[in-house]
Order: sequence, then structure tokens, then C-alpha cells
Amino acid sequence: MSGARVVACGWGWRHAGRRRWAVSDLDLDLQPGERVLLLGASGSGKSTLLRGLAGVLGDAEDGESAGDLTIDGMPPPAVRGRAGLVLQDPDAQVILARVGDDIAFAGENLGVPREEIWWRVDAAIEAVGLPFGRDHSTAQLSGGQKQRLALAGVLAMQPRLLLLDEPTANLDPEGAVSVRDAALRAAADTGATLVVVEHRVSLWAGHVDRVVVLGESGVLADGTVDEVFARHERSLTDAGVWVPGVPPGFARPSRSAAGPVLLRAVDLTVGRRAFGAKTPRVAASGVSRDIVAGRALAVTGANGAGKSTLALTVAGLLAPVEGVLAATDELRGGLGPSPASWRSRELLTRIGTVFQTPEHQLLTSRVRTELEVGPRTLRLDGEQTAARVEPLLERLRLTRLAAVNPFTLSGGEKRRLTVAAALATRPRVLVLDEPTYGQDARTWRELAALIDDVRAEGTAVVFVTHDRDLVEVLADDEIVLTGVAP
Amino acid sequence: MTLEIDLRHSRLARVNPVAKLAAAGILSITLLLSIDPVSAGVTLVATLLLLPFAGLAARQLWLRMWPIALGALVASLATVLYGRPDGEIYVEWGILRISDGSIDLALSIFLRVLAIALPSVVLFATTDPTDLADGLAQILRLPARFVVVALAGLRLVGLLIDDWRELSLARRARGVADAGRLRRFAGQSFALFVLAIRRGTKLATAMEARGFDAAGPRTWARPSRLRWRDAGLVALAAAIAAASVLAAIAAGTWRFILGL
Repeated sequence: MSGARVVACGWGWRHAGRRRWAVSDLDLDLQPGERVLLLGASGSGKSTLLRGLAGVLGDAEDGESAGDLTIDGMPPPAVRGRAGLVLQDPDAQVILARVGDDIAFAGENLGVPREEIWWRVDAAIEAVGLPFGRDHSTAQLSGGQKQRLALAGVLAMQPRLLLLDEPTANLDPEGAVSVRDAALRAAADTGATLVVVEHRVSLWAGHVDRVVVLGESGVLADGTVDEVFARHERSLTDAGVWVPGVPPGFARPSRSAAGPVLLRAVDLTVGRRAFGAKTPRVAASGVSRDIVAGRALAVTGANGAGKSTLALTVAGLLAPVEGVLAATDELRGGLGPSPASWRSRELLTRIGTVFQTPEHQLLTSRVRTELEVGPRTLRLDGEQTAARVEPLLERLRLTRLAAVNPFTLSGGEKRRLTVAAALATRPRVLVLDEPTYGQDARTWRELAALIDDVRAEGTAVVFVTHDRDLVEVLADDEIVLTGVAP
Repeated sequence: MTLEIDLRHSRLARVNPVAKLAAAGILSITLLLSIDPVSAGVTLVATLLLLPFAGLAARQLWLRMWPIALGALVASLATVLYGRPDGEIYVEWGILRISDGSIDLALSIFLRVLAIALPSVVLFATTDPTDLADGLAQILRLPARFVVVALAGLRLVGLLIDDWRELSLARRARGVADAGRLRRFAGQSFALFVLAIRRGTKLATAMEARGFDAAGPRTWARPSRLRWRDAGLVALAAAIAAASVLAAIAAGTWRFILGL
């Protein structure tokens, strides 16, 4: 088996109902077996191109196409199964409840005979290195395992073109490497052509033959890794691409002085109750730490170590399972010591939380009203509210988007909005869960600078992260969680 | 997070879901034909006697049954108070009348709801949705597209339960969780609805990327066949149904619903 040849000739696509073309005037020729890293600013149409090649853009009802896009000389929808696409969100790609059934799904759809399907399933499990049998539940997989499962599901189609759309953006570093290695091994074994879209270039740079950069219209740069980065370092960095060797671009001015202690955790055990369960499942235990005004505390550890649960407990959203989480007099101002017992409104000025998934936090249909929710709840008048909201809009480059529906924002914009919404009530403690998750380099710099500003102004910052760079530039202290034995 | 019961210890898990569907159907339809305490009582007792053989954890079953039991209780209490009066009248206060007839009807309704719900819950809680989909498509020949989409959508239910909890926490963090329970519920339901649509759209793309809805015939990786033990379950259900009807006729309580 060999790889597919991909040819785009003046190709373009416009989604139905949009004025702007997502991709236009694209000319591209990828040779069989080539490994290609596809880059470009957000909105340059990388995902659209991959979806076009996978044949899932839809028909005339879904959008309008121009020019030609072919795989081995055929339009992609005519050769379903020749191209396999892995997407960014691990949760969105699990289709069935058992590992084997999920991988078998593509074979069923393409009419592969039953014996052949199961032979392919076993080969795919082996190829991506999943340590499970066919009957393992897909709900229990980690993010990295889910992405390898998605890859296995695609490999079972025996594709000649492997398309990866930011497959590791939502993963911890180990998970990201495991997915990359599985994909590279599969491409090497089958000779398939490989096209990867990824912001974190350093992960792939040493393993691809060619880099293609998409611009506003067509290809902006095309060549080997060294050529492209040498010539376009600046424009790529500005576009949010993590160019290898270029530092994240934010350095913290100076270490901070400690302010008063705001929260005190003593031998804290945290956990959550599963749906219908009687007792909470412990996620982390033995945490003792002071949370101090003007200092940033990083919470790190592998997937499943209880980082988010700890953050939600510190934020007063979950009650501790055991041990103590107590607010000091400085923070509680007349309330009881346990943040979990405070009213929702009382939390606002004390502890603000930014969730991992912005969509869970959005409440209104406009960016401006989203920021006004907190101040209004605090019963600030119109003038006071505006005095808080306007500077935040300005500072987070959201002014232009003030009347837009938050759900239609890009990932980076949504993240900035939820941080701004938490800041609008000026909490003394700010808790952030994976603030840089899946963000490009540009948003990363902005968020790092913002979080550090907030800390420098005297807020205690607690942030959960996998991102070593972020820990390096922001953290004064670090808790490394190791999880509890199941 | 799943809605299914842990099936490892249940022998019902090995029965073909289509047979379970048939068994639950036979029991339900039979009980829908009459309103009397005897037929429902026989079915309920028979089901309870057979329940220990199903190998289910009592707590898991109770979690799924209590809303129905509560509903049955409310319905029968209302019937006691407002049901059509018949025989001796014990209490009369305005339109509220408790009589032999209303008590009898209330008991019938209570037993009937439980007798229909219990076997259905047991049979479906022990059914793996993937196996049910295989059976529906291969044995009952329902359209593959419809069955597979429903199955994939079902997996989203677990994710939506997680979403709901996350939404609750996020609303508390945003300071809006002190509002009235009803208003909060309405707002949060809408947010969940928006999330569900987004998840659905993403899932559809992932399915298409794996060749779903491609031209040409589809194959099935897992064969779904009916075996003797499947026939056994259906026969058992038919026997319980028959015994219920005969017992009710013998006791003189059988009231054919269309003759009521």
C-alpha cells in the first residue's frame, strides 16, 4: 500500500451563509508518502482544507466550492475511506461505548466484511499502542488514549492519506507525544501521506518533510522546516504559531512580595460524587498549603491526578471530602470560614473561577452583557458597571466584539472573555483551570501577561496547568499532585 | 458517567435485546388491557420472585425505579380522593370522595404502573445499547442510519450529565446561583440545550470522517442472532401474562379496558 497524491488547483470553499471564503485560490501538490505540517493563522482555512480532503464538507447546501481538490485524481467524497481525519476534541470523537466497536465503526460504514473488520481492529489497537482489549469501555480513557483511539478508528479504514487536525492541542505533554508517535509509526508502516495541523510546531518539526503555510489567499510559504522558519519566523510568530526556538515571548518582570494569607488548606482531601453515587470519589488528598495575596500557585500533575477537583474545591464550588479549607478573616469579611458554605453572590468579590471549557460559563448572548453579569449581581449602578466593563473590554481586545454572541467567538477570544468576566467583580483570589489549553502562541502571551498583571495588583492566583512554559513564567509556588491509588 | 447498570454479574445481559423488547412488550400490553389489582399483582409478584435471578444490584435498580414508584403513588392517592365513587362511601367533603370503588381503582393503578415499569426497567437496564442497536437493525431490520445515529446520540447523554454538573458549578462561580430554583433550572436547561447541539454537530463530523453515510452497503461487525435462551425469556413473559389474565378472570376482577 502506498500514500495518496493530493492536488489542489485554484481550490476554495465558502461555508453557507458566510460572506468570506474560508479557503480561496489554493494551489498545492503533495506527493505520495510525504509528511506535511500545515500552518497558518487562525481563520486561514487549515481545518476547512482537511475537512475538504476528508470529504466531510458536505454538498452545495453546506457551502460553495471553487476550483478542484483531488486525492489520486478523484474528488474526496467519491473516495470515502481513502482519507482518514482525526479531530482536536477527544470527547467529540468517541462514537461507541466499547473500544473494539468504536474502531470497527468505519469498517462497517465502508462495507468491509466482518472477519476483515475484526482483523483490522486488532491491528489498529496494536498500531496505536492502546493497552486494552476490544471490550474496554471508551468512557474510561484519558484524553491521550481517546485521541489514539480516534487514530485507531481512522487506521482501520486503511487510509492512504492521514489527516490530523490539532490532534494534541487538548492533551498533556505525555499524551501529546504518545499520539504523535502513534501517528508517525502508522504513517511509516503504511506509507500513507500525512498532513498535520498543529500550533505546537516543536512537537512535529523534527518529524515532517515539508511545511506549508496557508495565508489569506492560497499558500504563503512552502518548503522544508528550516527554510520556512528561517524565512518566515516573524510572520508565523505574529500569526500565533509556536516557532521552534522562539521563546513564548513573555517574561515576568520580577518576583513578587507576599501579601496576607487568604485561604488555608490543611490536610485537604478533595473529590466529587459520581452520578448516583453515595460517597464522593477521592481525587487528591493530603494537600496543605496557604494561598497568599500577590502570589501565583501552580497546580500540576498528570491527567486524573485531581488538579481540577482541587481547583474547584479551593474555589468554594465543591465541599472538601476531608480536612480543612478555611478562608482567613482577611478574605471572608464576616462570613463563615468555609467557602463552600458561602452564597453564590458572596463568592463573586472573594473567589473568581475560570473553567476549563468556556462554554460552561457563558450566560448571555452578548460579550458586553456577559461582562456585566457580575457587577449587576453585586448591585453596582450603570456608571460603576461601565467603569469596570469598558477597561476590561479594552484590555482584552474585546471592544470590537462587544455586541457579538459569545458562542460565536474563536477559542482564544472565548478564553479571554471568561477571564475578563471573572475579573469584573475584582475577586481577591482567582482560580484558573487550564487557562492556556489549546491556545495559540499569541493568546498564550496575552493570557500570561494578564494573569501576571492581576497577581501583581495583589490578587492570589491559583492555576491548574500541564503547560511547563506557563509554570516557568508565572508560578511563585507549585503543588505537584500525584493522584491517589484507585 | 453512564446510564447503564453494571452488567458483569447479570445473566440477563446475555439475552438478545430484541427478545427483551418482546418480553417487556408482552407484559405491558397484557396489563394495559385491563384495570384490576389481581392481574397486575400476579405480574408484579412473579417479577419480584424472578428478580434475584437477574443478578442486579438493588441500589442501582432502586435509583431507576423510585421516580416511577413515586409517580404511581401520587396517581393512586389522587384516585383515592377523586376516583369514580362506587360501593360504600367513607369520606365526603366537597368534590373529594373516598369510596370502595375509588380505593379499588387506586390500588389497581398503583400495582399496574409498578407491574409495567419494573420488568421494563429491569430488561432495559440490563441491555447494552450497542447490542440493542445491532438487534434492531439486523433482526427487526430498522433503517441502519436511524439506529446508528440514535446509538451515537445516546452516548452523548453521559456527557450531558457531566455538562449539567459543570454548568451548575459555573453558575455558582458567576454569582447567579442564588436565584429562584425554577428560573435557574430554566436558564441552565437552555445552556445545556446549546451545548448539546454543539456536541451533536462535532459528533456528526467525526462520524462522517469515518465513512458514516457513505454510498454502498453497510456491514455489521457484531452479528445479532436469536437463540433458545431468548425464546425462553419470551415464553416466560408469555406465561406470566397468561397466568395474570387467568388469575384475574378466576377472581372475577378482570375488567377489559374497552368495556369500562
